[in-house]
Amino acid sequence: MSIWFAQFAVDRWRLSNGFRRGEGADAAPTVLIAETAHGPRIAAANDAGRAAGARAGMMLADARTLCPAIAVAPSDPAGDLAFLEKLALWAQRWGPWSALDPPDGLVVDVTAVAHLFGGERRLIADARAAIAARDLNARLAIAPTAGAAWALAHYGPDGAILGPDNDAAMRLAELPVAALRLDPDVLTVLRRLGLKRLGELGGVGRDALQRRFRNRKSPSANPLVRMDQLLGRVPEPLLPVVPQDIPLVERRLLEPIRHRELLDQVLRDLAADMTRELEGRGEGARRLELGLWRVDGEVIIRALELSASTRDPAHICRLFGAKLDGVDAGFGIELLRLRASWVEPLALGQRDIESAAESHGTSLNACIDRLTVRLGPQAVRRPVPHASHVPERAQRWQPPLEPEPATQGELAFHQRPLKLLDRPEAIAVLYATPDGYPRSFRWRGAVREVVKVEGPERIAPEWWRERSSARLRDYYRIEDEKGRRYWIYRHGLAGDERGDLPLWYLHGLYG
Amino acid sequence: MLHPAVHSPETPPLAVTGEGAAALLRTRLPRWRPGLAAPAHSEVFASGDQASGAGLALALARDALKAAGRSGPAQEDRRQLLWVQDRAAVRLTGRPYRHGLPPELRHRLIHVEAQTPEDALFALEEGLRCRDLAFVLGEIAGNPRALDFTASRRLSLAAEKHGVPLWLVRLEAQPELSSARMRWKVAAAPSAPARWNAAAPGHPAWYAELFRARSHPHGEWSLSDDGNSLAAARPHNSPERAAAPDHVDLVRAVCGRSLAAL
Repeated sequence: MSIWFAQFAVDRWRLSNGFRRGEGADAAPTVLIAETAHGPRIAAANDAGRAAGARAGMMLADARTLCPAIAVAPSDPAGDLAFLEKLALWAQRWGPWSALDPPDGLVVDVTAVAHLFGGERRLIADARAAIAARDLNARLAIAPTAGAAWALAHYGPDGAILGPDNDAAMRLAELPVAALRLDPDVLTVLRRLGLKRLGELGGVGRDALQRRFRNRKSPSANPLVRMDQLLGRVPEPLLPVVPQDIPLVERRLLEPIRHRELLDQVLRDLAADMTRELEGRGEGARRLELGLWRVDGEVIIRALELSASTRDPAHICRLFGAKLDGVDAGFGIELLRLRASWVEPLALGQRDIESAAESHGTSLNACIDRLTVRLGPQAVRRPVPHASHVPERAQRWQPPLEPEPATQGELAFHQRPLKLLDRPEAIAVLYATPDGYPRSFRWRGAVREVVKVEGPERIAPEWWRERSSARLRDYYRIEDEKGRRYWIYRHGLAGDERGDLPLWYLHGLYG
Repeated sequence: MLHPAVHSPETPPLAVTGEGAAALLRTRLPRWRPGLAAPAHSEVFASGDQASGAGLALALARDALKAAGRSGPAQEDRRQLLWVQDRAAVRLTGRPYRHGLPPELRHRLIHVEAQTPEDALFALEEGLRCRDLAFVLGEIAGNPRALDFTASRRLSLAAEKHGVPLWLVRLEAQPELSSARMRWKVAAAPSAPARWNAAAPGHPAWYAELFRARSHPHGEWSLSDDGNSLAAARPHNSPERAAAPDHVDLVRAVCGRSLAAL
């Protein structure tokens, strides 16, 4: 079943302001406008507005010349979509699942459902009554495929029913080609070709149309695909709307609280409630948001992200404890609300028998959470390999408990330094051998003699992502007279025409 | 293998007191050698222009893990290791590089970069309290005011209570009062020639001086790590070379005793 709310935006504007149809401000010509680069443009117009000559898509200035008394209200596409989502869930009273058909329609699956309402005719009557009770303006149709139902709802007679026994092609032949849900430019092409009705598409010959639209793969750009979907020859997947409720617990307080001990007590109660809520669903929280509503209307939000899903109230309280230090209670806090905006499945486990982490140590998850909350997520990380041969790009950092990305095996014949400097430090070469490596150099103010050396290991820049003037590096593993081992490189070659004489850098330290 | 019936005196005889007696007593303790169980809290002093401190701490930690694993069940150790650095330590010697780490530790490293020494101490203590860590390695530069005897003792007690060893590398630091059970001074040493290329640097080698230990006499070693095991030799210029016979370690080391027991 397809439901088309023909004047969805206007209806929503009317309902949100509390008017009946044709009464109050709705009796005057009114348009909803959207701001565009060329000025306000009309998104929708009410009945009186349309009677006065305003049309959707018109510039407001043009409509004002037709009817100077026209009233204006802003349109709200995001709000309309949210309202449509709510309606989609509400429409699941007529079928097991429903899908959105933005901007202003719904599709409800009523397969093998109609007999519960006493037949398709009564089902449509029931739906029309329920929609009319909400004071919405809708057109309904039932058909074997979503495409046919959409076409009938938009362009067929109101309340049309296409049964499985009817000849769909014949019933739909008189509808305009716009009923195929095609893009405007495709409709223009079809109009220029002289194809105005669905029946005429069959008269041309499928091969000719196939050739004309052979490189249009998207269904909304190819009338043949849309026609097949309409007649049920190819499947058309729809995305059902699944309701999802977020675990939320709250405490409304009789007496606003101003002191930290009371706040901690309420937080403990909330955490216990949240634990019970999550336990019932078999889930654990990854992100928690605590909202504090003050008497004077201010809202303070404190959010918490956890490295692994948890529902341990003591852990949650402890982590929030650090976040609540700077809260300004003002004249008091009267409402606290804790919601878990990101949850993950967490199987029920045995209660922590070793109750005291004090004597048995904390788990790794708890340890990481405590470190992250105090030091920040950027401070606690794990190095993971990355597919690159440039040393500093061959390692990346990620949150410590996430799974490692898949990588190829590492080459074992290079010896890499234990530690890498964040930024290679320039060294002054005092004397270089004819072979190319330095015999003595100065780094951090001290002169070092090179005693042992291995190299060069030439590492070329990644030409597919760097500029063409990036220079190669020749790495040497060296040991100085006291046995200190370093990883140094020469940046570029003498004659590579990519800059001045090459400089030397110290990049890593061996253990 | 050592005979378990031979046991070292855990408490000093009551008659001997004073500094000379302590020195006398120390010579009777077993000499340190690789393959002994490590105490809960050790410090390694190194200069800031080399990675010897972290290198030796890792080598000692792996050696201790191997010693502990020999008695336990032979299964792969999957516990993580926590490496905490403060900002000054990162600036001096850089961050750990995954491809240069020992292969069995590469996928087990969690790195913490703390802005201040206070944050680094907090991270170290949280790590020591975590039962899922193999060991904690800290790197702190200089002698920050926060790392006084109280903080050091907090770390020792946490490490002993939860059985997570701590290896604290002190870069460019003076050895002030501390409650660490073993304190090392380390400097890089010329390495032995590599196997296939005599001109190339070989396996990492260090001069290490154990200048304070509860359960071992002081001493100097020339240590080297060939990737599998830690090898110790007498340094060439050691003053103790003629003083004591090389193998005096007749008994198992006694370590990890609580501070209160002394």
